[in-house]
Amino acid sequence: MSDASAAYFWAGCAAGELRYQRCSGCGRAQFHPRPFCAGCGGEPRWEVSAGRGTVYSLTTVARTPTPEFAALAPYDIALVDLDEGFRMMAHAEPGLAIGSRVRIGFHRLGERMLPRAERE
Amino acid sequence: MPYLTGSGDTRFGRLEGETTLTLMATATAAALEDAALERRDVDGLLCGYSTVFPHLMLATVFAEYFGLGPAYAHAIQLGGATGCAMAMLAMRLVQSGQCRHVLVAAGENRLTGQSRDRTVESLAQVGHPDFELPFGPTIPAYYALVARRYMHEHGVSEEDLAGFAVLMRRNAGRHPGAHLRDPIAVPDVLASRTIAAPLKLLDCCPISDGAAAFVVSATPTSARRVRLRGAAQASRHQHVSAADATVLGAGLAASRAFAEAGITREDVDLLAIYDSFTITVLAQLEEIGFAPRGKAAVLLREGAFEREGRLPLNTHGGLLSFGHCGVAGGMAHLLEAERQLSGRAAARQAGEPRLAFVHGDGGVLSAHVSLVLERE
Repeated sequence: MSDASAAYFWAGCAAGELRYQRCSGCGRAQFHPRPFCAGCGGEPRWEVSAGRGTVYSLTTVARTPTPEFAALAPYDIALVDLDEGFRMMAHAEPGLAIGSRVRIGFHRLGERMLPRAERE
Repeated sequence: MPYLTGSGDTRFGRLEGETTLTLMATATAAALEDAALERRDVDGLLCGYSTVFPHLMLATVFAEYFGLGPAYAHAIQLGGATGCAMAMLAMRLVQSGQCRHVLVAAGENRLTGQSRDRTVESLAQVGHPDFELPFGPTIPAYYALVARRYMHEHGVSEEDLAGFAVLMRRNAGRHPGAHLRDPIAVPDVLASRTIAAPLKLLDCCPISDGAAAFVVSATPTSARRVRLRGAAQASRHQHVSAADATVLGAGLAASRAFAEAGITREDVDLLAIYDSFTITVLAQLEEIGFAPRGKAAVLLREGAFEREGRLPLNTHGGLLSFGHCGVAGGMAHLLEAERQLSGRAAARQAGEPRLAFVHGDGGVLSAHVSLVLERE
């Protein structure tokens, strides 16, 4: 399933950059990257987000999907609406609420630098 | 006109020593007997899938195992909406003249056939592999994200959600085949351990073993007259990170099904709505319009969804208490609707309903299939 565009996104995280796509035709922001714009079929180009946004929703995971995540539990997962006009899933610092203004930082989990919503 | 001519199932729960195929066979034998049909009468076969027994061709595997020679057969994968999607396709196969008797079957030893950890991990895979799974979500976490937003927008409380778990348990108490039958109360739900906040253990359906099957035929095969009058689908997203927590797709599927059936929502006498979590059934009731936004729990407390109420809901106990064994879990709603319409629901019988609405959702409220069933 993973493709070069996903690898490019995660390489951005490793470099402290939150990368997303914007259509060069209709201007729509697209977070899950594809070789085309899902809105109009146009050609997306990569941009770097300022990482500022608002919490759309939140959960605290107690029952983890795999033993690897058990060491981290409980952990918060948020859906964040970025100011550039796209939504993403990210880890979140504890104590946030819907509507909280956040900034996306990064924290290491295994091999990856994972996006994490932190109080702005 | 497509008729639901027979149905059969196993009890749900811990069924030691069974396999996907033995469970499917038990339910199928019961469905054929109920329809007064022989194996040779079945010319169409639709099967679901089994996470314990993943196979590229489950329908023809089952046809060989059970001894069927269908002229049309394949499996369908649409998560929790699979059962309703198979009913919709069976309806179309009969309407088009392709088939006379379509058997729909599913079963899975999901509880005893693999570890709970394995099930939790495999189900989480409906999330996005690159942009969700790295954060360690689970199916309950995806629904929790919908729940928290929905509660925020529409003023729904954790007590409101808990009420649906309590109702499902009360209903399951009247069904000898239900997985969970011990009564619970709202404080029990609130005190159960957190799985993915705000969802707690008793907001979540159990993992069960079980199977269900039904037959859709071009003409009645017995004195019973329950027909499929309308069916429709909708899908607006796959992943929760692409979803709108208020407009999920259930309302669109339902309105299309009502239109095909030539009825309005107000004509419906009985509800069987997918309830993998308490938020699932509450949000769908409100999106479809069986309750105003934020008010489903008020109607629940007023008794509207009780067996004796205006709109009896999941009288078998739903996924939350009858149990969830995968595809057959969503089919149990349809079987219960048929039993209610044909007056065969025993201690659960909710008057003499004529029109039932059945709804399944798959993924994270990603795939929606609505059905309208009618007693002629």
